[in-house]
Amino acid sequence: MKVGVLVEGGRVDRKFLEDVKRRSGEDPNLCYQCLKCTAGCPTAPFMDIRPNTILRMIQMGQKEAVLQSSAIWLCVSCETCGTRCPNEIDIGVLMDTLREMAVEEGVSAKEKNILLLHQAFIQSIRRGGRVHEATMLVDYKLKSKDFFTDLGPGIQLFFKGKIPLFPDLIKGRQELKRIFDRCQGRK
Amino acid sequence: MKKGFQGIRVVKRLGVFICHCGVNIAGTVDVKSVAEKMSRVEDVAHSTDYIYMCSEPGQQIIREAIREKGLEGVVVACCSPSMHENTFRKAVRAEGMNPYLCEIANIREQCSWVHQKEKERATQKAAEIIAATLQKVRENEKLEAITVPVSRRVLVIGGGIAGMTAALDLAEGGYDVVLVERESSLGGHMVQLSRTFPDLNPALEAACERAQRVTSHPRVTLYCSSEIEEIKGYVGNFDLRIRRKATFVDGSRCNGCGACIEVCPVEFPSSFERGLRKRKAIDRRHASSVPNWPTIEGNHCLHFQDGSCDRCRASCAQGAIDFAQKDEGVEERVGAIVVATGYDLYPKEDLGEYGYGEIADVMDALAFERMLSKEGPTGGRILRPSDGRVPKEVVFIQCVASRDPDRYMPYCSRICCMYTAKHATLYKKQVPDGQAYIFYMDIRSDSKGYEEFLQKTIEEERLLYLRGRVARVYQENGKVKVLGTDTLTGKAVEVEADLVVLATALVPSPGVKDLAAKLRATADRFGFLTEAHIKLYPVESSTKGIYLAGCGQGPKDISDTVSQASATASKIQALLSTDKLVQDPLIAFVDEGICSGCGICVEVCPYEAREIDPRRGISNVHEALCQGCGACVAACPNFACELRNSRSDQILAIVDTFIP
Repeated sequence: MKVGVLVEGGRVDRKFLEDVKRRSGEDPNLCYQCLKCTAGCPTAPFMDIRPNTILRMIQMGQKEAVLQSSAIWLCVSCETCGTRCPNEIDIGVLMDTLREMAVEEGVSAKEKNILLLHQAFIQSIRRGGRVHEATMLVDYKLKSKDFFTDLGPGIQLFFKGKIPLFPDLIKGRQELKRIFDRCQGRK
Repeated sequence: MKKGFQGIRVVKRLGVFICHCGVNIAGTVDVKSVAEKMSRVEDVAHSTDYIYMCSEPGQQIIREAIREKGLEGVVVACCSPSMHENTFRKAVRAEGMNPYLCEIANIREQCSWVHQKEKERATQKAAEIIAATLQKVRENEKLEAITVPVSRRVLVIGGGIAGMTAALDLAEGGYDVVLVERESSLGGHMVQLSRTFPDLNPALEAACERAQRVTSHPRVTLYCSSEIEEIKGYVGNFDLRIRRKATFVDGSRCNGCGACIEVCPVEFPSSFERGLRKRKAIDRRHASSVPNWPTIEGNHCLHFQDGSCDRCRASCAQGAIDFAQKDEGVEERVGAIVVATGYDLYPKEDLGEYGYGEIADVMDALAFERMLSKEGPTGGRILRPSDGRVPKEVVFIQCVASRDPDRYMPYCSRICCMYTAKHATLYKKQVPDGQAYIFYMDIRSDSKGYEEFLQKTIEEERLLYLRGRVARVYQENGKVKVLGTDTLTGKAVEVEADLVVLATALVPSPGVKDLAAKLRATADRFGFLTEAHIKLYPVESSTKGIYLAGCGQGPKDISDTVSQASATASKIQALLSTDKLVQDPLIAFVDEGICSGCGICVEVCPYEAREIDPRRGISNVHEALCQGCGACVAACPNFACELRNSRSDQILAIVDTFIP
């Protein structure tokens, strides 16, 4: 839709709003900026753009700025926002959609390591049906090249037997593969 | 009623009744000792105390004492007279005592409550207050309430939805109504509107239906194209002179065929159509006007310019055109008045940065209503005035000249949030691929169903609400550029609009200040008429017998206007339910032997209750108008004015009791 409104030089992309709505099943247009979501969000203080402003920017079609934000990566999907939203907008689901869109659009994630952790996690599940912490962590550390963060707690966990050496594989790995294939083919 | 002060027989046998008010008084004042002390005062035949004098047994104590001791005057020492003066005056009247020989000594608000830490001195003060009040009662006159005969006709000023509603309610209640409308037909602004919010029902039909009921009601006398010239008198008896302006069409002959309108060669922009269409020199306000006969605008008609044209008269088969018609004065007497003068929009000349009046595609909300109306200049289609194209990007700007104390009006115009949501909705229903932007400061949707309507429109019509005032509107490349900021993201916003609609402030109708002066009703600095009390007397003006309905009192929507209009009708039906009005007799009087007729009292009286009797050369008090304020008493250089039962000699005697 051709829309004649400019927001600081960029044209408002109403298609973005419709895309987000279609993919997430949530309607960001219902937001009337009560700020209940941001008030209860445990990670909002660390976000570059607060959840309520993310919603506003979706309404305003500011696709690039939203997908480039750190906020969509810092969301831990605790669902406090969605539980409390008076307009029943599940913002956690919206954030998932935005992360998906960012990855698909090839936007380099503002919080690179969070994306890498997500990828390592999903890779681990893909391999054995369950997370195998040891390989997942090695995978993540190699990709992120960040070898020393949380090393101390990691060693403690290892000696307490919380990071087992051998993976615990599930039986239905064939079925799991089909689930992954179907999900990835869906796009 | 006695004229002047004829001297009084000093009231002898007095009774003192001291109320404990639970612990309110008795907790601070030693009521027993005060009662005992009062019993020793000269002329006091009975003095007692009781836990609650206002209770039924308490009142019985007073009544028994009057009966048994033959009391001639009573002082009740208790709370403020605004609480229970009436209660006790009714009680003594039941025993045959003149109620004005019962006075209240306020020993609660003015003594016990303010001296809780000084019990002894409070007790002494209570005794002094009671002694002073006893002194007043000794010299009180026996007074009777003043009765004034009333006219049971009612004047309604303004034939918009407020005036029509009040007139119909009163007429159906059995009262004769005189309805005066400045325009040539009824309906006010409501007949200009397309649909009402939040129901989206047609406004014109609803207003015309009510107008028809008004014109066909046998109890309503309708004067259209008329103005109030003069109002004299007071509640129950207002004398008016109404000027019926010459319209040069005899409505009783006109059959509404419209032939005259067709042949008229003169055209000029119609104010009803907000300049979007022209009208003829002989025309109706709109196609379905009630009454439906056209009127001639003398300033534009060629016949009155140079006598060159006679086409309308020639075309009229009914012989209804009468160029010789003159303005006519009508006199009426009414008992009460409803002022329903309505609103106007803030003048566009004063709105610099919005391009209003300079850019053709910037219009006000009433002009947009005319476009949406099926009777309007575009037959209900939304088209830009500049080139007649369907606008694809429409910007609505709220709070234009409202909520701006520095440059414009400080108040909220109350209806703009909702009608803008309605406008945007009706626009989207007509132009589904168009986009509506709404610049707003806050959204106020405080009545039944409004918030739901608003949220539904935002959800369904994909409106883009932008929070922030618009900085500038200007023209560039055939587009109207709107610059603003979305304060929710903090980003500057620029819209290339095809059409801009301004929600300008509501202001009172022109001429309301003059009318208020004629009515002796007060208006605020903007010209909205002021109610007697914002919470408790919201439809009464500060002048008795004058009631306020609709936007003349302050901006409001149709629902509130109709409620308020019905409230005035209900108040007036109660006021005029008897043939006589009863007035408090505690008013000014003149010692005719001293009055020199200087007329100072006439000037200072805020109620026009004083006038000089030219034959006798002295000043009279108009008993129905006097409110007992005492301004004349203070101003009289000869001490000829006094207030009944608050005479100077009484006041001085009271002062003497405090300063022995």
